[in-house]
Amino acid sequence: MSEPSARLKKDLTRHVKERVIEAILFLAAFVSVFTTTAIVYILVSESWVFFQHVPLGDFLFDTQWTPLFDDAHYGIMVLLSGTITSSLVALLVAIPLGTIIAIYLSEFAPFAVREIAKPFLELLGGIPTIIYGYFALLFLTPLLQKVYPDLPGFNLLSAGIVMGIMIIPYVASLSEDAMRAVPMALREGSYATGATRLQTALWVVVPSAISGIASAYILGVSRAVGETMILAVAGGMQPNLTFNPAEPGATITSFIVQVALGDLPHGSIGYQTIFAAGLTLMLLTLVFNLIGYYMRKKYREAY
Amino acid sequence: MNAMTDRYETLLPLKAEARNLSFYYGNFQALKNINMPIYEKKVTSLIGPSGCGKSTYLRCFNRMHDLYPGNRYEGAIDFHPDHTDLLSKKVDPIEVRMRISMVFQKPNPFPKSIYENVAYGLRVRGENARSVIDDKVEAALRGAALWGEVKDRLKELGANLSGGQQQRLCIARALATDPELMLFDEPTSALDPIATASIEELITELKERVTILIVTHNMQQAARISDYTAYMYIGEMVEFGVTDQIFIKPKRKETEDYITGRFG
Repeated sequence: MSEPSARLKKDLTRHVKERVIEAILFLAAFVSVFTTTAIVYILVSESWVFFQHVPLGDFLFDTQWTPLFDDAHYGIMVLLSGTITSSLVALLVAIPLGTIIAIYLSEFAPFAVREIAKPFLELLGGIPTIIYGYFALLFLTPLLQKVYPDLPGFNLLSAGIVMGIMIIPYVASLSEDAMRAVPMALREGSYATGATRLQTALWVVVPSAISGIASAYILGVSRAVGETMILAVAGGMQPNLTFNPAEPGATITSFIVQVALGDLPHGSIGYQTIFAAGLTLMLLTLVFNLIGYYMRKKYREAY
Repeated sequence: MNAMTDRYETLLPLKAEARNLSFYYGNFQALKNINMPIYEKKVTSLIGPSGCGKSTYLRCFNRMHDLYPGNRYEGAIDFHPDHTDLLSKKVDPIEVRMRISMVFQKPNPFPKSIYENVAYGLRVRGENARSVIDDKVEAALRGAALWGEVKDRLKELGANLSGGQQQRLCIARALATDPELMLFDEPTSALDPIATASIEELITELKERVTILIVTHNMQQAARISDYTAYMYIGEMVEFGVTDQIFIKPKRKETEDYITGRFG
């Protein structure tokens, strides 16, 4: 075969340029994949060292968490109970309030109110969590103590409530987006039967947006489970196997902070606990993300 | 003014009557001084080119325009037997929609079961008695010629039905509450010819029980199913009359041009 004509020949500089750009884009994408893989690798390998010394059964079923003591126990249940209790308190605040705010903004608020309220709501989500932590410790706890004098200075209740307030913007904003995406045709169909705004909102709009609302809730759960500073500041950091929010307690995250701050020497088995705790936390959020993914798929609305 | 003469010629009972009706989207006047009767238990078609205001006019009857800010009505729609102006500020649009139901251009079943879709209007009215709802749902589905096809799958999602079935489901939903006037906004424009034929047949049957006002793009459809036809153009009612007369010997040149396809 003869050489292609000069006008149809491969342009070498263009070819090389395309390849270089492709390589740069690949590297950028690779950074995120690499980071995730590296984190998982470190968590798993360091946890492996930990589980060489502590049997998995003890880790899962022991009812004490005392890695700092001579008589060390490593029962993750203790930290999990703190995480679950504080998260439940937070969700009891965030889900009802977040949903009500979303319904109001999407279905009831006049245009002007929504334009003002939404940025404020998003601002609430931008406050650093350490500030929420001090708000819980120095404002909410004393306030709760006026109603309930036996409440300790550090407790999961106050931390959980403030954590709930922190999560409201996420739940409200995502739920509102989901509700606003419901086509007007469905609302009109409802109004045309003589439905009121509330009936339309609760019976048509919310069920239509349920997949988006469910993912908003799941995101809220993930935020609550992973929240650190509020609990470290106001929750007490005392490992305590309890589901009573009126007691102080440590969560997985606040324990990691405590150890990372240097209470335990590097390399000791106590220090290794933070990797096992971190792995547990990661698995926990992974489960919620999977539930969220499944719900989105199952209830996806094709309008 | 044809409207007036026809009314006195036929002496049919009225269901509603638009009087000097104008409508504004903000500053834009979409309807200009419309006068037109709607006769009881008859099918009245609204025809005209896109953007002529047919749907806007239709949506005045159940006060749909109230849902959006900046809309304004002028004039009146006298509703019988109450002799009440539907557009009056003292009239509750929810009460209006309780008596005047609507079927939309695109089928819009709710993300609920077939049964719950039809029961929706009853639940809105606070009806909770299972037996009453069962009976009305069945009657409405029969009325919408859908009962035979769905009676064994009432628990399935309405969205699982075909397009034509979905539209009949929406008709059943609009029918379940025993409306006095039904508004159809181009109900067959999203459907294939077979589904269209079944909806047309249904509308012809429904007029035994209820007054029907229908917007249609399809002139043959208007000729087939309606007793009265109104031709609209840029927000004005050009001509209103008995369907045969409008299609065979329209009085106005504009109507004739549109009907014969020279325009529109």
